[in-house]
Amino acid sequence: MADCLVEVRDLCKYFPVAGKKTLKAVDHVSFTIEKGQTLGIVGESGCGKTTCGRTLIGLYPKTSGEILFAGQDVTELAGKERLRFKKRAQMIFQDPYSSLDPRMTIAEIVAEGLQVHTNLSRKERQERAAEELLAVGLTRDYLNRFAHELSGGQRQRVGIARALAVEPEFIVCDEPISALDVSIQAQIVNLLIRLQKERGLTYLFISHDLSMVRHISDYVGIMYLGALVEYGTGAQVFSEALHPYTKALISAIPDPDPDSGHEEKKIRLSGEVPSPVDPPPGCRFAPRCAFACEACHAQMPAWEHAGEGRYVACHRWKEIKEKGV
Amino acid sequence: MEEQERTETIPQEKFIIEGCREGEAEQMARPHIGYVRDAWRRFRKNKVALIAFIILCILVFLTIFGPSISGYAFEEMDKTARNQGPSAAHWFGTDKLGRDLFARVWQGGRVSMLIGLTGALVSSVIGCIYGGIAAYFGGIVDDVMMRIVEILISVPYLIVVILLSVVLQSKSIGTLILALTLTGWCGVARLVRAQMLQIKSQEFVMAANCLGVSSRRIILRHLLPNTISVVIVTITFDIPGYIFSEAFLSYIGLGVQAPDTSWGALASLAQANFTFYPYQLFFPSLMIALTMLAFTLMGDGLRDALDPRLRT
Repeated sequence: MADCLVEVRDLCKYFPVAGKKTLKAVDHVSFTIEKGQTLGIVGESGCGKTTCGRTLIGLYPKTSGEILFAGQDVTELAGKERLRFKKRAQMIFQDPYSSLDPRMTIAEIVAEGLQVHTNLSRKERQERAAEELLAVGLTRDYLNRFAHELSGGQRQRVGIARALAVEPEFIVCDEPISALDVSIQAQIVNLLIRLQKERGLTYLFISHDLSMVRHISDYVGIMYLGALVEYGTGAQVFSEALHPYTKALISAIPDPDPDSGHEEKKIRLSGEVPSPVDPPPGCRFAPRCAFACEACHAQMPAWEHAGEGRYVACHRWKEIKEKGV
Repeated sequence: MEEQERTETIPQEKFIIEGCREGEAEQMARPHIGYVRDAWRRFRKNKVALIAFIILCILVFLTIFGPSISGYAFEEMDKTARNQGPSAAHWFGTDKLGRDLFARVWQGGRVSMLIGLTGALVSSVIGCIYGGIAAYFGGIVDDVMMRIVEILISVPYLIVVILLSVVLQSKSIGTLILALTLTGWCGVARLVRAQMLQIKSQEFVMAANCLGVSSRRIILRHLLPNTISVVIVTITFDIPGYIFSEAFLSYIGLGVQAPDTSWGALASLAQANFTFYPYQLFFPSLMIALTMLAFTLMGDGLRDALDPRLRT
């Protein structure tokens, strides 16, 4: 792929926990994101989505693997080079209540990155901040406000403006809508889509909301307990899921039509997500999977190519696909 | 097929923009108020804290100008006017050496206030730096530094004061402040560390990291400003503590030495003939109580006023 902007190869992020154990938050994850496109990462709470995003952006040091940004490994960068990467890749945070400093005005928050990356004067920075606020749908009246004077949706807009101010090419959106009302969620997602069109941004969109991911993403990756289990275009994944976990997730999306019989067809998973601390060998999903066989419990499934731009990590995906379960 | 039908988008022409245009999407209703003004507005609403603040202002005014208002020098003895009760000539009366108590109470107030303020200030500065370093570096540095604090906190300050006055061969105000702050900063250090740890894990620090802001700037712009209100409140709560400690030490004879005086020393002197001349004990004790109460009540009000998230 010629215009691939972000490429992640075998990324691992382990955290040491008490008793010399390791928590495998992200375990051998690989994906690529093309320029101007959106990769949606979906998974339930605690599956490592956020850790994956934070490691990608350099907030956490990786354990192993490679993160290529425009063909360059960014995990080993230092000094000026690292600063340049930070200008090109930004992040939007999950909790709009803790992501803005309560002691800073909105102008200071939005202009913070400009102070690091540009030589603009205080006044020019203020102007740029006002421009960015306008771009996210806030007037310049907000410049001298404090974060606590704004609503959740407005704060999230400020968070977006802060990321946009340094003119990045790539933005990791770490569950940017999960803390907001449904009506505001739509506004924020539409804002993100508009900004992407206007500025040619590339997104990694992390969420547990399947409908939103389907709405915004070109590609979708499904994560389960630290590992990607399926990857493909949105249409592929949502119309014909290969991995049993993806099937279960998609069937969990509520259907607005009460007569569709959807409720009866729902796949209900039994059991709990196992602990990511020293997980057993074999497929992570095997204990809860209806299709699990012996091989699933014994051996980790390979990250297999499953057709045009599709990948899946399951021993039995072919059988499942043929049977059409 | 059914899937596609459902996700089909409605053409743009079918939408009409209602109400506002882009750019003027949301308007502010309330005029903007700055941080300090907002805090002051909230502080004023708390009547108890406001009264405490006014009492404190009066007390500070009198400790500064009181001795000159009285018309007597605080160490001036008058053998003809010993142990007199409060009168027009001597507002608070005189002691057994004929010294004017009004002048002496405010002179003593100077010492008490000085020790209270410098003690709280010095221990806050040291505590802030120490706690800040422990929290920022974390890990083993934090562990070692906090164990040291725990050991120091377990040493009773009375022992420290006695040892210091023996070692330094002096009972001056300086020694007293040194002895009191030697272990006094530990509480502040713990508090600052806890507060900083909490702020460090917030997403806005992560966002600053993402933007490439340097560690020095993160500490100066994010961590410190968010800790400062806690520190201010601690100072106001610490001041009465130091004043009382000083009074206690002077009372048992370890503090300020004659001819200099303080509220504690005055109370100690008056205690000998308190059955006959209770007013000699009453005035210094009243001042100690008033100051401590005022500082505590004001600290309470400040804590509420300085938190921008507590909206009233």
